[in-house]
Amino acid sequence: MPELMESLLLISLAKFVAFLSVVLVAAIVLVYAERRVSAFIQNRVGPNRVGPWGLIQPIADVAKLLLKEDIVPKNAYKPVHDLAPIISIAVSLSTFAIVPFGNTIELFGTQVKLMIADVNVGILYLLSITSLGVYGITLAGWSSNNKYSLLGGLRSSAQMISYELSMGLSIIGVVMVAGTLRLDQIVLHQTQYLGGWLPAWNIFLQPVAFITFVVAAFAETNRLPFDLPEAEPELVGGYHTEYTGMKFGLFFLAEYANMFTAGAVIVTLFLGGWHLPFAENLGLSAFTLSILQVLTFCVKLVLVLLFFIVVRWTIPRFRYDQLMNIGWKVMLPLTLANVLVTGFVLLLLQ
Amino acid sequence: MGSNGKMIRKKDLSIWQKSYVPEILKGLRQTIAEMFKPKFTYNYPEERFKPDSSFRGRPVLVKENEVERCVACGLCSRVCPALAIEVQASETELAKERYPVKFEINMVRCIFCGFCEEVCPEEAIVMSKEYELVFSSQEEAVFGKDKLLKSTEELKDRLEFLRQNR
Repeated sequence: MPELMESLLLISLAKFVAFLSVVLVAAIVLVYAERRVSAFIQNRVGPNRVGPWGLIQPIADVAKLLLKEDIVPKNAYKPVHDLAPIISIAVSLSTFAIVPFGNTIELFGTQVKLMIADVNVGILYLLSITSLGVYGITLAGWSSNNKYSLLGGLRSSAQMISYELSMGLSIIGVVMVAGTLRLDQIVLHQTQYLGGWLPAWNIFLQPVAFITFVVAAFAETNRLPFDLPEAEPELVGGYHTEYTGMKFGLFFLAEYANMFTAGAVIVTLFLGGWHLPFAENLGLSAFTLSILQVLTFCVKLVLVLLFFIVVRWTIPRFRYDQLMNIGWKVMLPLTLANVLVTGFVLLLLQ
Repeated sequence: MGSNGKMIRKKDLSIWQKSYVPEILKGLRQTIAEMFKPKFTYNYPEERFKPDSSFRGRPVLVKENEVERCVACGLCSRVCPALAIEVQASETELAKERYPVKFEINMVRCIFCGFCEEVCPEEAIVMSKEYELVFSSQEEAVFGKDKLLKSTEELKDRLEFLRQNR
């Protein structure tokens, strides 16, 4: 038994290290991708000097941030000022623990589930951890002792609370269809086929929930149309105005790690996770199939993230009253109606 | 205005438009199409902007038959709104009788308005295509005759442009 425990621990540790590095590298690559894509959208070239095609640019940026002086404003509350970016990054990294990258894979004679933590209430974990993220931002805004930062922090808390509601309610539709809170089971449920040809991805079963969830995800990650907490033109950067050096870098990294996680959750809940339609009929070996599934997950994730980036450079920011209007008067009733309709349909199908 | 005197807000958006989603998709199509269009920017040190003959780069003196055309009348210096040009005249054995001993343009002051070129009766000072001007000191920015003189071949485009448009 101790040997088994040891190998399980080793596997968990290996998975943890691998996933953490993947998320951090992905966040860095995302920064590069965002700059490049935005440049292309605006008919520019973008960063292309550091390394081939400018690929080393984000590393140069991080090096710059590390070398910068860490300035804490005189009137800031230092302990909280220091704590806030740590909360932000910790939350955004720990959310990723429950996302299944692929089905089980056989490595060195043991079945390994391709997710870090196999939590039986995965979705609840997800919701609770993402709502902690607001603490990082609000505390940063408050402890900076700067009116713009405070406004950014306050906006963030109002926004998160408004959109968390519709986020949770749109997930309920998915949970009702799948009948489980486990994320791997939800993905497994999506590997069936409707009428023999259409994969039963939740985007087809729950289109309304998909749209509301994506909108709420944008709001939760503070991405444009909903980047009111930062809102450069009005709040000069919002909650991270008073941050410099790597503390600012942590917020920056947290934002992109959040985006990465949100993308992964969208893929898992609505786009069939690692499911590649009809791949199981190709007669591939189990190992090849597993690798293929992980690749499928990555491709889907990249597409969703590109969507995130393109949306940022397409839609202007909402006004604060519009944000609240959409959150409470449109999204909430819509998600409630979706839950109701889903319930009735499920009842009729029984 | 309605019949009871209250403002009636014009409903200019249909429900379809108010639902955001189709309009957002339209916008996304636009931005994605934009991605594949040619770029406006240059990869500067490798690719450089090649100005048209109408471009007003740094002013230069025209050199014809190894001598400057300038007769040192001082009109350019007089018209210069930024007081960037300094001319000192002297006599010469040539047909033009006068020539500038000293002709200096302070490139820190120059605003590239082209008045000097316009006012010159001899077509002796023209705007070139050069736009890369870097100095490390104030003194270095004062261009004397050595840097200002350019042969007619080098300035062919601009002289041709002036002939057609003046």
